[in-house]
Amino acid sequence: MSEYVIRDIEKTERITKLIDDLYREMPEIEPDRAVIITEAYKETENEPVIKRRAHAFKKICENIPVTIRPMELIVGSATKKPRGCQVFPEFSFEWLEAEFETVATRKADPFYISDETKAKLSEAYKYWKGKTTSELATAYMSPETLTAIEHNIFTPGNYFYNGVGHVTVNYGKILEIGFDGLIKEAEDELKKCKPGDGDFAKKSTFLKAVIESLKAAITYATRYAELALNLAKNETDSNRKTELLMIANNCVNVPKKGASNFWEACQSFWFVQMLLQTESSGHSISPGRFDQYMYPYYKKDIDNNVITPEFAQELMDCIWVKLNDLNKCRDEASAEGFAGYSLFQNLIAGGQTPEGEDATNDLSFMSIQATMHVLLPQPSFSVRVWNKTPHEFLMKAAELTRTGVGLPAYYNDEVIIPSLVNRGLTLEEARDYNIIGCVEPQKSGKTEGWHDAAFFNMVRPLELVFSNGMDNGVLVGVKTGEVEEFDTFDKFYDAYKAQMNYCLELLVNADNAIDVAHAERCPLPFLSSMIEDCIKRGKTVQEGGAVYNFTGPQGFGIANMADSLYAIKTLVYEQKKFTISELKEALSNNFGKEVSDDEAVEITKEIAKQIKDNNIEVTEQQIAEIFKSVKNSGATAENKAKYEKIHQMLKEVPKFGNDIPEVDSFARDVAYTYTRPLEKFKNPRGGQYQAGLYPVSANVPLGAQTGATPDGRYAKTPVADGVSPSAGCDTNGPTAACNSVSRLDHFIASNGTLFNMKFHPSALKGRSGLESFVNLIRGYFDQKGSHVQFNVVSRETLRDAQKHPENYKTLVVRVAGYSALFTTLSKSLQEDIINRTEQGGF
Amino acid sequence: MTDNIYNVKGRIFNIQKFSVHDGPGIRTTVFLKGCVLRCRWCCNPESQNYKKEIMITDGKETEVGYDVTVEEIISDVLRDRVYYRRSGTGGITLSGGECLCQPEFTYALLRAAKENGISTAIESTACANYEVIKTILPYLDYFLMDIKHTDGAKHKEFTGKSNELMLENAKKIAKEAKELIIRVPVIPTFNDTEEEIAKIAEFTSSLEGVKELHLLPYHRFGQDKYERLGREYLMKHIETPSDEKMQSLLKTVEKYGLKSQIGG
Repeated sequence: MSEYVIRDIEKTERITKLIDDLYREMPEIEPDRAVIITEAYKETENEPVIKRRAHAFKKICENIPVTIRPMELIVGSATKKPRGCQVFPEFSFEWLEAEFETVATRKADPFYISDETKAKLSEAYKYWKGKTTSELATAYMSPETLTAIEHNIFTPGNYFYNGVGHVTVNYGKILEIGFDGLIKEAEDELKKCKPGDGDFAKKSTFLKAVIESLKAAITYATRYAELALNLAKNETDSNRKTELLMIANNCVNVPKKGASNFWEACQSFWFVQMLLQTESSGHSISPGRFDQYMYPYYKKDIDNNVITPEFAQELMDCIWVKLNDLNKCRDEASAEGFAGYSLFQNLIAGGQTPEGEDATNDLSFMSIQATMHVLLPQPSFSVRVWNKTPHEFLMKAAELTRTGVGLPAYYNDEVIIPSLVNRGLTLEEARDYNIIGCVEPQKSGKTEGWHDAAFFNMVRPLELVFSNGMDNGVLVGVKTGEVEEFDTFDKFYDAYKAQMNYCLELLVNADNAIDVAHAERCPLPFLSSMIEDCIKRGKTVQEGGAVYNFTGPQGFGIANMADSLYAIKTLVYEQKKFTISELKEALSNNFGKEVSDDEAVEITKEIAKQIKDNNIEVTEQQIAEIFKSVKNSGATAENKAKYEKIHQMLKEVPKFGNDIPEVDSFARDVAYTYTRPLEKFKNPRGGQYQAGLYPVSANVPLGAQTGATPDGRYAKTPVADGVSPSAGCDTNGPTAACNSVSRLDHFIASNGTLFNMKFHPSALKGRSGLESFVNLIRGYFDQKGSHVQFNVVSRETLRDAQKHPENYKTLVVRVAGYSALFTTLSKSLQEDIINRTEQGGF
Repeated sequence: MTDNIYNVKGRIFNIQKFSVHDGPGIRTTVFLKGCVLRCRWCCNPESQNYKKEIMITDGKETEVGYDVTVEEIISDVLRDRVYYRRSGTGGITLSGGECLCQPEFTYALLRAAKENGISTAIESTACANYEVIKTILPYLDYFLMDIKHTDGAKHKEFTGKSNELMLENAKKIAKEAKELIIRVPVIPTFNDTEEEIAKIAEFTSSLEGVKELHLLPYHRFGQDKYERLGREYLMKHIETPSDEKMQSLLKTVEKYGLKSQIGG
C-alpha cells in the first residue's frame, strides 16, 4: 500500500556550501589509480586474470588517497580534488595520451591535467601496450566491421574504450546483510566446490577473488573511519566533531555489516556506489529504486524517533551532491556523444511493488525534493508512472520539471513491465524494474544488460543505398544494385533493409568482440559479488554470471528515415515529381546549399585523409577537384535552382510528428527495420539483443558525419534524436507530437525509447499549468509511449529562438489567455514573453 | 437543417490543439470566421470578416479562412480524446470570431462532439437571436460569455453594437445553460474602472446560478495582425493593465460573491 507524508523541507546551508565547493574549479585528472593498478598487475604476471583483478582492486582500496571534504556527512571520494577523475588504463589509454595537450581545452567536458600527472601516466602506460580490452576487441573484430566503424555507420566507442558499467546491483541486500554476509555466501559456495569438479579451477578462483575484493572494500571503509577519527581529534567545532565521530562509527559498521539506521544505510549505499566506479570505468552505475530499498531504514528511525525528516532529507541531499563528485574523462569523440560530464547514475522513484501495488512513499517525494535542492545533473533522476500513481506525486515531479533542470524523466510502467516480461523476466521482477543510464529498463541485481552497446546511425545505410554500398571509394555496405535501377518503391525499401541487415550484423560482430574482450581481460569480481547468480554459478557478470543477459545497441534517426522514405515513396514513385537519380544528384550536392571556403577546406582535408588512409594515392589535381565539388562550384545556377526546387518539395511532404496516421504508421514500420533484425542475435553471455531507440547526445556529432537526406535535412546537421520528430518538423503542437510518437512500437524497443519535448516555463505556470502538463504525460502514456522528458527553456533560448525560429518550431509558451507555439507568435508578443520571464526572475 | 450533421460545412481559420485556457482541462479550440462585433481591442482581427481574406505571413501572402465539414473537424478533434479524458473535463471549444454567426455549423459541431462523448464549450458574445442560442444549449457544457460594458452607448462606441440584446440573452442563458461563466476583457480607457467592473459583477451576480467571472487583462498581441491585414490598429496608445490594478479589480469582483480569476 502506498503511504506517504509530503513535507516540503528546506535546503540547509551545508548543501549550498557542498555544491559551491564542488564546482569551484575545473575537474582534474588524477594518476593514483593508474599507477597503483599498474604496479598490481606487474606483481601478478601470468596469474589467472580474475585473481589479478582482485589483487589490483585490493591494492587500490589499500593505497588510493582517502579524502573527507569539509562538512560532508556521507564520505568516500574517488579523488583528492572535487569532481576529479581517476584513469583506467586496462580498458584503453592511447586516446588520453594523444589528448594530453588538448584535454584541458577541448569543447566537450575538458579536464585539467598537470605535467606531473602526465609523466606518471606516461610511465604507467608503457606497461599497457597490447594489454587493453580495446586492443583485444579490435583483434576479435572482422575486417568488414572495422571498416564500418571507420566509416561511421555505428560507434561502439563506449565499451570499446571503457568499462561497461550500466548496471544496478542489489543495494537492498547489502544494506541488509553487509559485505560480511556476501563473504559468507561466497565462502559457503566455496566449501561446496570439490577439487574434482569440472568447474573447480574457475569457480574456486572466482569465489576467492570475490572474497578478497569484498574484504578490500571493507578495508577501504576502515581507512575512512580512521581518517574521520583523526579529523575529529583536531576539530575545534564541537558539532562537527560529533559529526566526524558519527562518520567514523558509520564507516566501521558499513558496508561490513548490515545497516542499523538510515545514516548508516546512506553511507553503505555510497561506498558501494563509488567503489563500483573505482573497480571499473563503466558509467551508468545506477542507484535504481533508492526510495524502495532505503525506506525500511527511514521508517524504523522515524518510528523510533531516532531521526527527523529534516535530517534524513539532508543526508539524501548529501548523497545527491556526492553523485556529482564522481567523474569520468572520455575520449574526445565519446565526450561529445555524452556531453556534460554525465555519469548517468539513474535513480528512480515511484512505481509499483513486485506484488503490483503502488510503491510511492515519503522517500519518493524526498527524492524529488533532493533534486530540487541540488539542481545538478546527477543523479539522472527519473519517476515511474502507472495508472495508480498518486496525482500529487506527479504534480510534485512536474514542479521539478518546471525548474528547467530537465529532470525528472518520466517512464511508463504500463509499457515497460510487459516489454520486460516479453524478454523473459517474471512479472514480479518486471514490476520491480529500474532504469539504467538514459532510458534502459532492467531488473536490479540480476541483469547484465550491456545497455548502451553502440550508437547506430539509421541514416547511414540509406546513404549506402544511393551509393550501392560504397563510401568515399570503399565498399562499406553490401552491393544492393545501382539506385537508378529501382523502378518501384518496394525495391528501394528492400535495398535499404538489405543494407540495414548487413550493417546490423557487423554491429553485432563489434559488440560481441568487445564483450569477449571484457570477459577475458577485465572480469569484475567486486561487481559480480552483488549480481545474482554469479556466486552460485561461479562466474563473473562478464562471463555470463548474471541471471539475465542482454545487449542493447541504440538506433537513432527514426524520424529522418521515416520522413526520407515517405518522401521517396510519394514524390519519386507515386507522384513522379522527380526521378531517383535526380534526387541522388540533389543529395550529393546538398540541395545546392552554399558551402563556405573554410568548411570546404575542412571537408576536402577529411576526404583526402580517408582516401589516403586506404592507401590510395591522391594527387594535387584530385584534391582540387574534391574541393571544387565540395564547394559546389561545379553546380550551375540552373542546377542549383533544380536542387532547391527538389528540396522545397521534400520539405512540403507531410512529416512524422504531426499526428498524421499514414506517416506515423510508416515510421512504425521503418523502426522495425532496426528493432526486428536485432532481436534475433545472441551475445557471448548467452543472452539476446534488444534494440533501444535513443541517441544520448550523439545525434549531433554523428549527424555531422552524415550527408544530406531525402527528408530535406542538409548535410552535417544533427539527425533526429531518439523517437522524437525531426527538429522543427512537428508543427501541430505537443499533443500531436505525442500521438505520433506513441504510434511507434515501444514494446519491441525494450532497451528504451527517448522522447524529448520542449516547453517554456510559462506553459507550466500555476497549479492549472501543472495539471495540464501532467495530463499531457498521462495521455501520452495511455497511448503506450514509454518515456518522455522535458526541456523547460530559458530566456537565452527564447532569444535564440527569435534568431533561429526554424529550430524552435515546437516550443510551447504560455501567452495571455492561452498557450501557443512560440515561433508562431508576433515579434511584439515574443518580446513581451521574454520580458515577462525576466520579471519572473527566472 | 441538414439531416446528417457531419456533412454540415462551415468556415474556420485555425484549430489549436492543447488549448488549456479556453475552458476547463485540455481542449482543442476551433476558431470560426465571422463576427457581428468590431471590438477595437480584438486580438483576432482576421476572424472578424466572414469572407476569406489575405494576410501577410513571413513576408508571403496567405489566405485566412477555409471551409470544412463537421466530420473533418470532429475526426481531427477526436485524436486528442485521451487528453480530454485525462484532464477530466477537456474537449472542444468553439471560438472565433463569433460561432453564433454560423449557427447551423455550430449546432452540428457541438452535437457531433456530444455524440462522441466529449465536453463542449463556446467563447461567445451571445450577440444573436435567442432562438438560435436555445437550439445549441442542449449540446453545450460551458458557455463562456463576454460581457464588456453595462453602458449601451459606450459599448456601441467601442464594439460597434449596443449591449441590450446580449444582456437580455445572458439572463436567459443563465437559466437554461448547464454552466455559464462570464468573462470580462479589461480594457483601459473603456471599462477598467472599479465602478464599471463592479457594475458588471453586480449584473453577473444577479444571473441565476452564475458563480464565476474571469477578468482577462487587455494585451496588444493582435497588433501586428492588423498591419498584416492592411488595417489600422486603434489601440496603439493603450497599455496593459498592471498586476496591482488587476488584483484590485479581482477583489472588487469577489465582493459580489463570485469566484474570480485573472486570465482564462
